[in-house]
Amino acid sequence: MNLLGLGKYPLDNRRLIGALFLTPALLYILLLVGFPFVLSIAFGFSDVTVGNTDLSYVGFRNFLNVWENDIFRQVFETTIRFTLLSQIFILIFANILAVIFTQDFTGKWFARFIFILPWATPVSLAMIGWLWMLDTKYSPIDYLLLQMGLLGRGGLLSDNRNLFWLAAPDLAQISVIFVQVWRMTPLATVILMAGLSSIPTDILDQAEVDGSRFMRTLLQIKLPLILPIMVIALLFSMITMFGDMTVVYVLTRGGPVDYTRVLGLYSFQVGIEGGNLAQGAAISLFAFPLLLAMAIFMLRTASRAEVR
Amino acid sequence: MNALNFLLTNFWSLLVLAFLGLVALRIVWRVWRYGATRAELRHVLRRSPFYFVVLVFCFFAAAPFMIMFLHTFKTDSDLYRRPQPFVYRDEPTLEHLDALFNNTAYLDFIRNSVLVGVAVVIITLVLALPAAYALARLTGRWGERAGILMFLVYLVPPTLLFIPMFRIVVLLGLKDSPLALIVVYPSFTVPFSMWLLQGFFKAVPPELEEAALVDGYNRVEAFLRVVLPLSLPGIISTVVFAFTLTLHEFIYGLVFIADTSQRTLSVGVPTELILGDVYFWQPLLAAALIIAIPVGLAYNLFLDSLVQGFTMGAVKG
Repeated sequence: MNLLGLGKYPLDNRRLIGALFLTPALLYILLLVGFPFVLSIAFGFSDVTVGNTDLSYVGFRNFLNVWENDIFRQVFETTIRFTLLSQIFILIFANILAVIFTQDFTGKWFARFIFILPWATPVSLAMIGWLWMLDTKYSPIDYLLLQMGLLGRGGLLSDNRNLFWLAAPDLAQISVIFVQVWRMTPLATVILMAGLSSIPTDILDQAEVDGSRFMRTLLQIKLPLILPIMVIALLFSMITMFGDMTVVYVLTRGGPVDYTRVLGLYSFQVGIEGGNLAQGAAISLFAFPLLLAMAIFMLRTASRAEVR
Repeated sequence: MNALNFLLTNFWSLLVLAFLGLVALRIVWRVWRYGATRAELRHVLRRSPFYFVVLVFCFFAAAPFMIMFLHTFKTDSDLYRRPQPFVYRDEPTLEHLDALFNNTAYLDFIRNSVLVGVAVVIITLVLALPAAYALARLTGRWGERAGILMFLVYLVPPTLLFIPMFRIVVLLGLKDSPLALIVVYPSFTVPFSMWLLQGFFKAVPPELEEAALVDGYNRVEAFLRVVLPLSLPGIISTVVFAFTLTLHEFIYGLVFIADTSQRTLSVGVPTELILGDVYFWQPLLAAALIIAIPVGLAYNLFLDSLVQGFTMGAVKG
């Protein structure tokens, strides 16, 4: 290796080659994300619409309008509620599944294929399946409940032959949360599996030699060791969910009324469908401080995990 | 058609039979192999709660896909007029699959998605391969900071950026063109791939590169001729996951492209196969299932490699 640094052998210089290798990707990404981000802030302070393209400064008017809007308050609250509630279930299921899929058992390959499908399928296409499962009239779930006597005349759940999953406020919210848990659990599981498989085997061997049984190894060795990775999995799926609008776009379009409208969908409806780019940008910017806080928390957890 | 007919009309019994048959076969095989009948039965009994949990999870994961498969071949009268969602009353029919491929823009959507995906993967590899190598081996502290920055960028959701991006796309005259997606999608595939590739590169023993350097290769040659071939499996799995990320993307595709024939799968299917209030359910469900199965198989095939990349990427080099 060239120990003289720059000079005779530039192609052997670590720092030079490193900079050359890294710069194109860094520039492309910063340009592609940084520039629109700055523009988004500029939009927030302007009165730009799809028709009117010149940016004239209007101060904090957009943000104030958005903040004082009752619909926005509700949308913001819904987004946070959906995100937090679904994380509880995702975390529980992902932990169980990660333990299951880091073991060997017959039929594992096929079981893993099935369990990965909700995550592998493009979200909007998987939502078509759920749109049909939760259909107002033909829902197979309703049919099953009807056969069990829980629906229909004198049924426990409702006298009606249908539950109207996506048309009743409470049920629509529950459905959206359920579907989010359904599609996000595999991702959290995979992150946890990475954590479980990175536990050094000598620790586990030592535990076995010392006579530790399955549950004890799990609760006292594995879980504490993957706790930082659990936090990362949690924040990762929170951030993904917080910025998601696909699920509600396909399932409910935010309805009934505003009950399942989330931040991303609302800014899409105001900004693109309504043509008010400035207002739409202001709405989505309200998500930024929260996202940033989660990302920083996640990075700090990650770096602490590395130190150990 | 006869086999399909038989499969569909007896779907549930076949499913249960197949499962029980496999369990029985396994027990018989193990008893024949090891000979200990009682021990084997005790083993099966002890493991059955575990398998029960696995089955319950599998059932929830698979439910919509089973319904997709079951309903694709139903006639309209079977599907709507006398709802019997779990059994066939009429003969199964292929007319809806035929309609999906011949009367809708489904094939256009597939073509657009593949085109965009392949182009984005090429751009991603060109940018991310050297960058990930730099992060794994060449740069020190500032490289690490750059890596963290990239990671933060990956966490910025499209819902935060699509409005200004839309404006830029219109200004550049790229609206309604897949080119817009090809330019924008690397904004998430590159950070993702860098992160994963960095893990695979770290797994290559540094001694091999040192040896190459001693033999008179320079850094670039060592990267191209030693590190790249050795991390080929990792690169392939990165390609698979980057491609599927573009397949999944919805918001940019929805906002940038309004022209039906130019839309991608994830946007085209749920927006164009529904006419106002009229849902063409069988083609819709078939369209979703046809994409879900191959992507699911690919994910399963490359999952171990993904987990390995995650794990190595988190280890400090």
